[in-house]
Amino acid sequence: MAPPTSSAVTLRINGEKHTLPVDHRTTLLDALREQLDLTGTKKGCDQGQCGACTVLLDGRRAVSCLQLAVAAEGREITTIEGVADGERLHPVQQAFLDLDGYQCGYCTPGQICSALAVIEEHAAGWPSAVTADVRPEAGVPALTADEIRERMSGNLCRCGAYVSIVQAVARAAGAAGAPVVPRQGTGPGDAGAPADGEAAA
Amino acid sequence: MTTTTTGTTAVTGAVGAAHTRLEGLAKVTGAARYAGEIPFAELAHGWLVLSTIARGRIRAVESAPVLAMPGVLAVLHHGNAPRVDGNYTGPLGAPDPVVQVFQHDRVPYAGWPVALVVAETPEQAREAAETLVVRYDQEPHEVAFAAGHPDRYTPENSPQSPAETEKGDLAAELAASAVVVDAQYTTPEEHHHPLEPHAAMARWDGGRLEVVDSNQGSRFVAEELANLFSLDPASVRVRSEHVGGGFGSKALRPHQVLATMAATVLQRPVRVVLTRRQMFSVVGYRSPTAQRIRLGADADGRLRAFDHQGESVTSTVREFIERSADMGRVMYDAAAHHTVNRVVRLDVPTPSWMRAPGEAPGSFALESALDELAEKCGLDPIALRARNEPAAGPVSGLPFSSRKLLACFQEGARRFGWADRDPRPGRRRDGRWLLGTGTAAAHFAARAAPSTASVTAEADGDFIVRIAAADIGTGARTALTLIAADALEVTPERIRMRIADSDFGPAMIAGGSMGTRSWAWAVTAAARELREQLALGGGIPPQGITVRSDTTAAIAALAQKERHAFGAQFAEVAVDVTSGEVRVRRMLGIFAAGRIVNPLTARSQFIGGMTWGLSMALHEEAVRDRASGAPVGADLAGYHVAAHADVPPIEADWVDDPDEDDPVGIKGIGEIGIVGGAAAIANAVWHATGVRHRDLPIRPDRVLLAGGGDRAAG
Repeated sequence: MAPPTSSAVTLRINGEKHTLPVDHRTTLLDALREQLDLTGTKKGCDQGQCGACTVLLDGRRAVSCLQLAVAAEGREITTIEGVADGERLHPVQQAFLDLDGYQCGYCTPGQICSALAVIEEHAAGWPSAVTADVRPEAGVPALTADEIRERMSGNLCRCGAYVSIVQAVARAAGAAGAPVVPRQGTGPGDAGAPADGEAAA
Repeated sequence: MTTTTTGTTAVTGAVGAAHTRLEGLAKVTGAARYAGEIPFAELAHGWLVLSTIARGRIRAVESAPVLAMPGVLAVLHHGNAPRVDGNYTGPLGAPDPVVQVFQHDRVPYAGWPVALVVAETPEQAREAAETLVVRYDQEPHEVAFAAGHPDRYTPENSPQSPAETEKGDLAAELAASAVVVDAQYTTPEEHHHPLEPHAAMARWDGGRLEVVDSNQGSRFVAEELANLFSLDPASVRVRSEHVGGGFGSKALRPHQVLATMAATVLQRPVRVVLTRRQMFSVVGYRSPTAQRIRLGADADGRLRAFDHQGESVTSTVREFIERSADMGRVMYDAAAHHTVNRVVRLDVPTPSWMRAPGEAPGSFALESALDELAEKCGLDPIALRARNEPAAGPVSGLPFSSRKLLACFQEGARRFGWADRDPRPGRRRDGRWLLGTGTAAAHFAARAAPSTASVTAEADGDFIVRIAAADIGTGARTALTLIAADALEVTPERIRMRIADSDFGPAMIAGGSMGTRSWAWAVTAAARELREQLALGGGIPPQGITVRSDTTAAIAALAQKERHAFGAQFAEVAVDVTSGEVRVRRMLGIFAAGRIVNPLTARSQFIGGMTWGLSMALHEEAVRDRASGAPVGADLAGYHVAAHADVPPIEADWVDDPDEDDPVGIKGIGEIGIVGGAAAIANAVWHATGVRHRDLPIRPDRVLLAGGGDRAAG
């Protein structure tokens, strides 16, 4: 007898349990969008290259198009629909709204989910490729614009809203208590300007 | 309710004040639903199959094994698909043959639609589509584009946009010039890649064809579908509430036609979503260009000779011209002036309009050449442009409606700190980085197209505006709300804006930087007339009072002028000639682009365009494989668009430049942000290194091979 090609799985999404039959080929992204009507998570490339499908898995960001739904059983899944506290927007969402951190809005849920994790990862002391001093005793690096750009680079925005997205992430991170003071020479070819409200000219 | 009488421009101050997007809450919470996200009962899923050969005939589509697979409902191909009639001329001309899917067995390029597999679930459809065997009779193909291709030709002139313009004796003026620049530039094949892939659901509902789509103009798509399927236009309804970017790629494309065909055959709703890979061949792209520019000037920089020859590629099934040589027809005059756009037919997909078609690649070449001329003349690049400001259209002879190019340069130079610049290249260093700054001019046509709108005064005191506009991320929904509020002299909260429904009547698409201006004109006309009616007094009946507008006559009555937006781009770059890396450190754009309706979203749109300029300068390049005829690495890893880490602080601002002949003063801002951006960066790379880069993108290998010149050594 051929092995089964579908199973019932229980997914814990935004604090709620959903039991559903899934084709074993179904990605977490397609399960969310096609079966659970959670269409806030977007499909931009279906190849893990654009970041539009970013969700949080046990608090860490992941591209849901490269995750099989059956493999997500037992994990805590947070999608864009679970980010706000009821009617109250999360500070990251509010900052995107206020600073126009989007245009068409299609990459936005992924950018926001990524930003939530970036702020957490940074606060936990994780260095990035542009962190100058990665020794543990160096402590948490300042969340400069370069740090935000580097850490957000898995999320493409074709409208070109990066400038205001970086400002939005910086504002939200600042509100959450992250040090956003500028420091010099943090990134390749960049003078290390302050993040929020930084000036070009 | 207002009691103001008529005539004067009603101002409540909504236009010109920053306003967050009306749909912003829906976008940041994931509640905004795009075309592929609206559930329908009994929905089936279509998966497109594209040709794997670049030229030949389909010998067989082996459907039988696929039809036996679980869940598979149909395999549509040229042997069984419904017939369509592409013999019509729509607003954008005859339809691209790629939308006349499955009508014959010929394959004109790699990635041509050959079949659609429809199944109960996307997984079933995908596996069946990947299993489907299509057999071909293959023929030799040619896809390689390069300057001076022997088969290139000059297309026939059309009255609106001639392929070639010519005045004066070019050879004589070049010979008489003290300084001559003669240079070749190339730009690669580039793709739109809006983050939302093209998606459409089609179904028959009570005798009407209903399509939920991602497009730049629902009325346009509805009319095209009616034409193709020989339907009464009133029996087609297309909606596209939220659109995840377009950039020119979301007009009529195969997905709407395929969904309609499958829904017709199966008599149930069918959704077709393109994959990212499929978007490389069926939604249009920007042709590669090869451009030769010859500039002849007196020693003081005054142009005597101007020659811009552009070449681009088109397919064997449709002529599309990338009009890269057009920019000089507006920007620079000379006693001898020649521009021509030539094209060559190859076995490649038909290119299409992509953000600032013509001007984006054309401005890279032309504004680089101006910089080269400034260098040769020993002139500041801004001074050179000031010296060559034309009094009237160089080709048309018509007056400019307004031309504030120099005001943009002056304001930009002040804010960028241009006066402190040492004009000599290769003089500034920051560790391993050579630093340079560059500038370039920008221009884009300011046009409007006929549209209709309706405005209804509701009994509860609110107003409902209906117009088949599209908000593809431009902020049009919000801008039109502010415009309606001012025209009605109410606050924006009283306006309920309804867009993106073909039932609302004819309207311009979101394209050509004309969408918001064209729609605003129609909304303003209807709103003002309604305000006048209401001012006469009397109550509002339960069904409300509705006024419709049609701007066809008003736009036709516009006097012939050179109508354009202008801008000045500035960039600072850092170049490491030992790694080949180019980093843009900052950009500034100053634009004279009509009245700015919503500063918040307008700034985003300008900066978005400038980000495209950066992406074009350094990153974007689709490489076509000569053997297969298909793009290499057809995905967002193989085709890199600027990511967060590539994009520095970018500022955009504007000088006051309301259009005197537009009811709201708008010119249009969708495309000018990209124009000149790549040239400003390339000019800055020259200033940093002393090396001209005339081929885009400025890749690390090109920087390495070019070296840093003598100045950058050590």
